[in-house]
Amino acid sequence: MSKNNDIQSNNDIQSNTIKKGLEIPIVKSIGLPTLIIAAFFILVMTTAAILKQSLPILISDILRRFGMNGVLVLAMVPAIKSGTGPNFALPLGIICGLLAWTIGIEMGFIGITLILLTVVMATVFAAVTGYFYGKLLNAVKGAEMTIATYTGFSTVALMSLVWLMAPFKSKQMGWMMGEGLRETIKLDGVEAGQIINNFLSFEIFEVKIPTGLLLTFFAFCFLVWIFFRTKTGIAIIAGGSNPEFAAASGIDIDKNRLIANILSTVLGAIGIILYSQSYGFFQLYSGPLMMAFPAVAGVLIGGATASKANISHVIIGTFLFQGLLTASMPVANQLFEGTDLSEIMRVVLQNGIILYALTQVKGGGK
Amino acid sequence: MSDNLLSIKNISKEFYGNRVLKDINMEIKKGEIHALIGENGAGKSTLMNILFGMPMIHETGGYQGSIELEGKEVLFASPHEAMAHGIGMVHQEFMLIPGFTITENIKINRELTNPNLVSKIFGRQYEGLDMKKMNSDARKALDIMSMGIEEYTQVAGLPVGHMQFIEIAREIDKTGIKLLVFDEPTAVLTESETQNLLAAIEKLAAQGIGIIFISHRLEEIMQVSHRVTILRDGEHVVTKDTKDTNVYEIAELMVGRKVSLDRTNSTSRRISDETVLSIKNLEVKMPGEEVKGFNLEVKKGEIIGIGGLAGQGKIGVANGIMGIFPARGQVIFESSPLELNNPRGAIAAGLSFLSEDRKGVGLLLDESIELNTVFTSMQIHKEFLHNIGFVRVMDSRKIRNHTNKMIKDLDIRCTSSLQHAGSLSGGNQQKVCMARALTQKPKLLLVSEPTRGIDIGAKKLILDLLKKLNEEQGMTIVMTSSELAELRSICDRIVIVCDGKVEGILSPDASNAEFGLMMSGTRADSQLGGAE
Repeated sequence: MSKNNDIQSNNDIQSNTIKKGLEIPIVKSIGLPTLIIAAFFILVMTTAAILKQSLPILISDILRRFGMNGVLVLAMVPAIKSGTGPNFALPLGIICGLLAWTIGIEMGFIGITLILLTVVMATVFAAVTGYFYGKLLNAVKGAEMTIATYTGFSTVALMSLVWLMAPFKSKQMGWMMGEGLRETIKLDGVEAGQIINNFLSFEIFEVKIPTGLLLTFFAFCFLVWIFFRTKTGIAIIAGGSNPEFAAASGIDIDKNRLIANILSTVLGAIGIILYSQSYGFFQLYSGPLMMAFPAVAGVLIGGATASKANISHVIIGTFLFQGLLTASMPVANQLFEGTDLSEIMRVVLQNGIILYALTQVKGGGK
Repeated sequence: MSDNLLSIKNISKEFYGNRVLKDINMEIKKGEIHALIGENGAGKSTLMNILFGMPMIHETGGYQGSIELEGKEVLFASPHEAMAHGIGMVHQEFMLIPGFTITENIKINRELTNPNLVSKIFGRQYEGLDMKKMNSDARKALDIMSMGIEEYTQVAGLPVGHMQFIEIAREIDKTGIKLLVFDEPTAVLTESETQNLLAAIEKLAAQGIGIIFISHRLEEIMQVSHRVTILRDGEHVVTKDTKDTNVYEIAELMVGRKVSLDRTNSTSRRISDETVLSIKNLEVKMPGEEVKGFNLEVKKGEIIGIGGLAGQGKIGVANGIMGIFPARGQVIFESSPLELNNPRGAIAAGLSFLSEDRKGVGLLLDESIELNTVFTSMQIHKEFLHNIGFVRVMDSRKIRNHTNKMIKDLDIRCTSSLQHAGSLSGGNQQKVCMARALTQKPKLLLVSEPTRGIDIGAKKLILDLLKKLNEEQGMTIVMTSSELAELRSICDRIVIVCDGKVEGILSPDASNAEFGLMMSGTRADSQLGGAE
């Protein structure tokens, strides 16, 4: 009883200053979009069970998709925390990762050596790219999200020329005839498919656990979490939360935004390496074009906003969003045969949640 | 009372239970220049908002009392209605469209038009402009104020003085204007422009227009007004004929109040002769609070107050020293020069600042009390961190212990040290700011408007705390405040800032009149000599 009262008074204090439309505590603490998606996810899973779909296969798929998308979603956290908003220019980092793949394969490496080398190269490329991208964002304060989206788009277009014209010779990546790299490049040919997924992987109740993939994802989550507890990390949070406050405490906000966006770009580059090794191939040309959006949607579904994001948002959001997409495909195909309903749902959900988050962005002062 | 143009009778107004106006009575005759004066927050603007039927008044529950215009009671639901009844206002900020000519600005939304073929079909909106007539109307209005400038000149690029006149021209061009309110019209004008304006106001009054003249420049009031009404803390102090009074008396009446906070001086205080902070020729570009050459020497261990009216630059001083707004000049702290425009340097040198803009600069509203408390110390003094390998990570336990101690010491009312600062009350937010400042262990504390927006109980706590810090730790405090009573209750000396410069330094026991005169930038000696 007394505990109940405590909660009550706690809420009173909060609602004194923050009056929002929805006053139900659980809705406020978790967030409406997260709850809706979670309910939907449970509904789809139940339907799948009723339709006698193979749950172990479904769950295995969900875990794999969760792990492979995780780091890409994690890339949103530094950008959002620093105040530049979700990193819509994620294709920049992705391209760095892809470039590292192509160079690694061209140099003739295979297997785990290839992956490790790719990660190192991708980090270097992404750090440099992120630096210039951060400089750009500092020059366009107030319009970061729009500028970022088009930075991503135009870079993808520009890189299409590079894929076509770069002097790569590897048989693994070229066309059967003519110049340029192929659209889709298989990683099985260089023995790099699912290497991380299969590390320490095991089956339990017929569910395949991609241990290596999940461990890698959680390790990166931990590193980012630690980073935001360091002096620099906290300064970045303060700069994103209230730039005037940070400036008055002698913080160089532009420098911190730069660091955060370098980190975000590097995570994007590593994220795509993890993603493609799990997938078994990577896609060049317009492949990275739309990849920012599922990542942005993921963190938002987890409960983040355009100005606030935590590691927990990443984990919850990626699980719910990817879980829903994975589970709904076989269910929708069985229920509504011959339609592309699950793809339609993906587009509606993904863009709907981004739209929702953008409407919540406060324009100007409070 | 038929010669009364406007009668304001027993007007009272409450904002959320806070009484800001109490039984105000005021009468303005035809052709009278009636000065309305009072400190910031005395209720002048609220009274004018009521007169103009501003929406904010109705939204907050209306007002008590009545307003009579030419003997008939009126109740304006909107500024439009007030204007339709012949009440005009000349704003402090210019509401002019730079790309338009003077005529167009004067006639905007009241254009004179000629019907044409299109307008006969599509209605009045499509009638052609009668530029000739409009220009001649504008000319007439400009001539009333002896303004030689051509009416077809573009407004963009005109000197501010001219813009002010165009605003007035627009008001007097309205047919049937009976009453004009001037809200600090001379604040942005040069001396000669001011004289022109005052002459124009007298001319307008001579034509039978009633004038309400709001200003804190007492000389101007003495020069042009017929009567003065003084408001103080929402109360009507007195209405007097200007010829029966003098600046000294007005100043005293404007400031005077029963100082409620009593002053107790502890014996243990030591103010040394050593100068700890010396400010020479400080200029700060803070919009609305510009500092234009400020000089001050602060002794070690004293509490020095900076007072003055709003917009005179008192707020700019601390913001300039702390590097929050661009500053120029020389600041010497503990006999070594302080680099300006460098907040990090100022904090590292041992200065700490409680901003007047608590929610803007002072707090991370979406973060915990803990982070708010330790942030600056962590960033500048590298405290509350511990090493894990080669990275420095925040020391949660140390932060929590320290914050809990602060919560206890300063009596911050919160559910836990993790509560977000934004969900605290104003007084508790201020205490969190104070906790952050104290965590930095400053040698000198700059506080700006420490009690703004907090209730009377919390006010006393904050002031007592400042006093305690000064007495027990010998901390030097520079306190900027709009509330004179508050400055007088704890400061050793009070610097009055006027027009970005030090107008004078007074002891807290100086008379109300001395404070009033100084705040309005009136030299006591010269004016008194003239008045007697």
